[in-house]
Amino acid sequence: MAARRHFSSLPTPRWLGLVPFFLFAFLFLILPALTIVIGAFRTPDGSVTLENILGLNTRTIRNAYWVSIRVSLWSALIGCAIGFAMAAAAVLGGLPRQIRSPLLTFSGVASNFAGVPLAFAFIATIGPAGLITLWLRTEFGINLRAYGFNLFSTTGLILTYLFFQVPLMILIITPAIEGLRREWREAAATLGATGWQYWRMIALPILLPSFLGTFALLFANSFGAVATAFALAGPQLNIAPILLFSQIRGDVLGNPGLGYALAFGMIVITGLANAIYLWLRARSERWLK
Amino acid sequence: MMRILAWAAFLLGSLIFVAPLLGMTEFSLSMRRGVYSLDAYRSVLADPQFQETFLYSVVMALFTIVFGVMLVVPTAYWVRLRMPGLRPVVEFLTLLPLVIPAIVLVFGYIRLYNTSSFLPLTGSATGTNILLMFGYATLSLPYMYRAVDTGLRTIDVGTLTEAAQSLGAGWVTILARVILPNILVAVLSGAFLTFAIVMGEFTMAALLNRPAFGPYLQIVGANKAYEPAALAVIAFGITWACMGLIQLVTRLSPHMRASR
Repeated sequence: MAARRHFSSLPTPRWLGLVPFFLFAFLFLILPALTIVIGAFRTPDGSVTLENILGLNTRTIRNAYWVSIRVSLWSALIGCAIGFAMAAAAVLGGLPRQIRSPLLTFSGVASNFAGVPLAFAFIATIGPAGLITLWLRTEFGINLRAYGFNLFSTTGLILTYLFFQVPLMILIITPAIEGLRREWREAAATLGATGWQYWRMIALPILLPSFLGTFALLFANSFGAVATAFALAGPQLNIAPILLFSQIRGDVLGNPGLGYALAFGMIVITGLANAIYLWLRARSERWLK
Repeated sequence: MMRILAWAAFLLGSLIFVAPLLGMTEFSLSMRRGVYSLDAYRSVLADPQFQETFLYSVVMALFTIVFGVMLVVPTAYWVRLRMPGLRPVVEFLTLLPLVIPAIVLVFGYIRLYNTSSFLPLTGSATGTNILLMFGYATLSLPYMYRAVDTGLRTIDVGTLTEAAQSLGAGWVTILARVILPNILVAVLSGAFLTFAIVMGEFTMAALLNRPAFGPYLQIVGANKAYEPAALAVIAFGITWACMGLIQLVTRLSPHMRASR
């Protein structure tokens, strides 16, 4: 390579070009995260302790984590199911091809439409005076409230999160479904497999890593979300991110160490979910390229 | 049979998108009893708080984009050209903002950069603004990096660099006048996505106490009835416009496709 000689004649060391990036990443990603992790294992006077982590074991904090995990699991599960159904319908169900590109574009928009405005949209739709709520009451005499539905509860939160969970699933799973080759289906049919057998023994096992991986990603996605829940139910909704929000604002737990531990617990949970996602994505790429 | 089932699944699933969009639009138009009107929008647009916070977030978004481009383009370029061995490390770092929740990051910022620290950014309004901009840049890093890296993949970085060097160009000239114009579409995609992220961001701005659009939305939501729906329509419009512009620049570009 003639280029190499030319480059090495320049006086700048190679690594110098990456210094700004690593400095930025260190100051605004690594160091903040480290502060939390170290803070979770330290007493106010600086000695090492497990007290903060053990201190998480109170009813309020246990509940907050538990509700968060439940909301994330359900919204990820339902989001995966609906997203998969829609993607499969669009790719395999014989819908016109022209539908696919708008669906993906719209999914791109919807998966980025989160936060406070999303909560407003759902309040206007099925909040106490929302469009659907009123419509059901006046046209059919159905009072959603009497059936125990309340948008400002965990059920409402799960429903609201679906607005960005479903499109995220569609965005990730559509290429995977498109990657299922026609030859595989034909080969299976030649060997006498029924449609059901093809799905059970070939298509689903190939899609499973993508499916589970996306599930983990959706879980992490909703676990760390603050804004939508905060705008929907206010600071009194007891989920982990909102509890942390109140703790940062005004030390509601009455112990700064507990705040670090709470945040540390959140990193552990989203970190695990993301590790599962990355591992499964690597696996799914074996078949679907 | 199969096709009917597919249509049913598709249309039922679409309800979860269509209903809230219809709901917020209808609600935003019904401030005046009995007739549809634009009163809620008028009330929102006339609110000086709206104008201030909106402008604040737009300016923050622009600064974030400029900073993000200046940070990411040279990095991605350098990794491709000279240090491909470090690619996994850099890519892993750019994905970290998706792993660590924003609220945890900002918690770390507040503890690290308070008035008694080695870099007391939260001590002044300007310092806090700068810290918030770094926070926004961190949040958009995964998207910006991926967009730029996809763009770099479509051009021959090595040859372009050699050609520019043999004409006597220095690194700044190469980056600004050779590389950047060639990956402009990818950079713009990342920029529009960053814009959408910054305009809607709530957690960081709220906890750093800056008068941004996100916290303003939350306050209006807690105090008014029809205005939030109008604001939701406006926010959705911004997101939609950003995504639409990404599609547009991608389609208009002569030699690049699918750069997201």
